[in-house]
Amino acid sequence: MTRRDRALALARRGQVITGIALAGLVGVFIRALVFTPIERTQGPAQKIFYVHAPAAWAALLAFAITGILSLIYLWLKDRKIDSIAAASAEVGLAFSVVMLTTGPIWGKTVWGTWWSWDARLTSTMFIFLLFIGYRVMRGAVVDPEMRARFSAVIGIMGLVLVPFIHMTVYLFRTLHPDPVLLKPSSPSMPGVMLVTLLTSVGVFTVLYVGFVMQRYAIAILRDVKEEAASAVS
Amino acid sequence: MGSFWTAALAIAAKDMKIEWRTKTAFASALVFAVLVLAVFYFARDPTAVGALDIAPGALWVTFTFAAMLGLNRAFMLESENRAMDGLLLAPIPPSAIFVGKFLGNLTFVGVVELVSLPLFILFYDLPIIRQLPALMGVIAMATVAFVAVGTLLSSMVVRTRFAELMLPVLLLPFLIPPIVGAVQLTSRVLSGRPLSDLAGWLKLLASFDIIFVILCFFLFEATLEE
Repeated sequence: MTRRDRALALARRGQVITGIALAGLVGVFIRALVFTPIERTQGPAQKIFYVHAPAAWAALLAFAITGILSLIYLWLKDRKIDSIAAASAEVGLAFSVVMLTTGPIWGKTVWGTWWSWDARLTSTMFIFLLFIGYRVMRGAVVDPEMRARFSAVIGIMGLVLVPFIHMTVYLFRTLHPDPVLLKPSSPSMPGVMLVTLLTSVGVFTVLYVGFVMQRYAIAILRDVKEEAASAVS
Repeated sequence: MGSFWTAALAIAAKDMKIEWRTKTAFASALVFAVLVLAVFYFARDPTAVGALDIAPGALWVTFTFAAMLGLNRAFMLESENRAMDGLLLAPIPPSAIFVGKFLGNLTFVGVVELVSLPLFILFYDLPIIRQLPALMGVIAMATVAFVAVGTLLSSMVVRTRFAELMLPVLLLPFLIPPIVGAVQLTSRVLSGRPLSDLAGWLKLLASFDIIFVILCFFLFEATLEE
């Protein structure tokens, strides 16, 4: 089996996983719209929460994995790890776009404003922009080995930056609700809603895995093409 | 250890000497700083917004962008005639190059800030003689933060395409904690609030300084050719 075949097989497996996740997503929508009660103060607008929060989770998970893989790359210097880190970063960007578009739609109905310069909105936007920078920089370096090293440096710095941005959040006044799930005391949400949310988080995580597998397969295929091209010239 | 600092200081001194002889980067950064301060003063409704309200933001936008003009220069110098190869061939630890460049940039940005600070006080008519030491402390802390990150990033971006564009895109997200902190601290210092009001932001700034200086120091080697 050549590298190309293995990449194609990986892409197919990624497609299957993505398909399962998309079917799961349909299930989440049905459960959120039909089988989960309407929130008392926010009304139906709160339903977007079941997409917004899991998308945010998937985006931050993706960026965290990019950061950790960057660290591992500098240690092992394995090109595969760099490609997976890059794939994860790109998928993270896609989820960030979901998070950053569903957020304002929810915000407009509940807070009465599309965007507020609230610290958490601002900080997630900056993490998003940081990884856009990561992506843009990858495009601006020709040598693959140098690109991998530079990306790893940015990835690690990003990993360290996130807690600082979080601290900035707590010091700045904030509109964004406090965490309802990941906090020391028990979740402040009725059980039915919590189940919907957690299902959605699970589905988004599977979706993330499916996307990364496919994106990584593309990276391998591109590598194979580039090597073939340089072998000819 | 002695030779490490000798090498680092020699690199910083070399950069300073080049800058001293041409003064191009310094002059342009300074003129830029003065222009931005002036533009900010007029970019408000004087009947509605007091100069003191806009001053902290104006100061930090000015410092950030003026510094960014200078940061690329440090490694740009080395990319001419492949001078970087000479530095790498020298029998010194690579991190000494980082420390040298960091100190050089720190001096450069520090001098630009030192010259534009009196102008800032003058332009915005701020009676802040008593708060001046505290303000300079804040400036020093934030400057260390963004020069450290800027030095590391500029060592990479000068070897990419569109280097001038790439530095702000990569650097600005990292400047959010130190700049937000510095603006908050500056406005509190300028309005003469007590020290206990500053503690949170000071801690943030101090921990950012410590962690990012160390991190950049260790990551620098990864940005070099092997």
